[in-house]
Amino acid sequence: MSLFNVFDIAGGALTAQSQRLNTVASNLANADSATGPDAKPYRAKQVVFASVPLMGGAATGVRVTGVIEDASPLKQVYDPKHPLADPQGYIMMPNVNVVDEMVNMISASRAYQNNVEVMNTAKTLLLKTLQLGA
Amino acid sequence: MANALDTSLQFHVEALNLRAQRQQVLASNIANADTPGYKARDIDFKKSLQDALDGRVQTLPLARAAANHSGPAQQDAASGALLYRTVVQPSLDGNTVDMDVERAQFAENAIHFEANLTFINSQLKAMLAAIQG
Repeated sequence: MSLFNVFDIAGGALTAQSQRLNTVASNLANADSATGPDAKPYRAKQVVFASVPLMGGAATGVRVTGVIEDASPLKQVYDPKHPLADPQGYIMMPNVNVVDEMVNMISASRAYQNNVEVMNTAKTLLLKTLQLGA
Repeated sequence: MANALDTSLQFHVEALNLRAQRQQVLASNIANADTPGYKARDIDFKKSLQDALDGRVQTLPLARAAANHSGPAQQDAASGALLYRTVVQPSLDGNTVDMDVERAQFAENAIHFEANLTFINSQLKAMLAAIQG
């Protein structure tokens, strides 16, 4: 019954979107982290989505293939009072773009809702099929 | 008589199978709405149903070295007829999923699926009535 595959497809999408939401949360939380465990400023993280063929190619799911670090330059802020400031009084701050992250968050949350809706519809259809002839 | 019962439901069985497969294809599109380079797909329902009813399910011929080797597995009727959707508003990352279109088609397909179930149900009821008098 191919309707059951819808659960795999939409379930995979829920996992992928929630992982995206996780990186957004991590980026927003660390928007001002001037240092981390490696003594370097935090770099924004982004997930990479890729489609994966399921059930012999008839259906296509989605999967997170990796989490990459944003390569864009860090923000240079003048703050001589900061303990990590260099002799010139500058400090490197994370390259998190808060506006981008908020947009990412809204997009991920809408995509998540869409896939929940897909699952609900498939569930209703399967339940109706179960009641066939009753 | 059992054969006649079978054939009278044959159309609905094929239609229901295709609807379920199409639902799966549309779910794939919705799941991959944010995947770069993903191309939205759909099936030509009318043509696929006609093919399924005529017994023309497209399977690729498989070369066999010996007569007792197993043949190709029975393929889904829809998988041979998967088409690509025409894009109205292409996006820069190569993704062609238009969420409005997909959601509308998904809802439409779900309603058709339910309609099919209703048809089967009423046909079963009619048969039961004919049997019980």
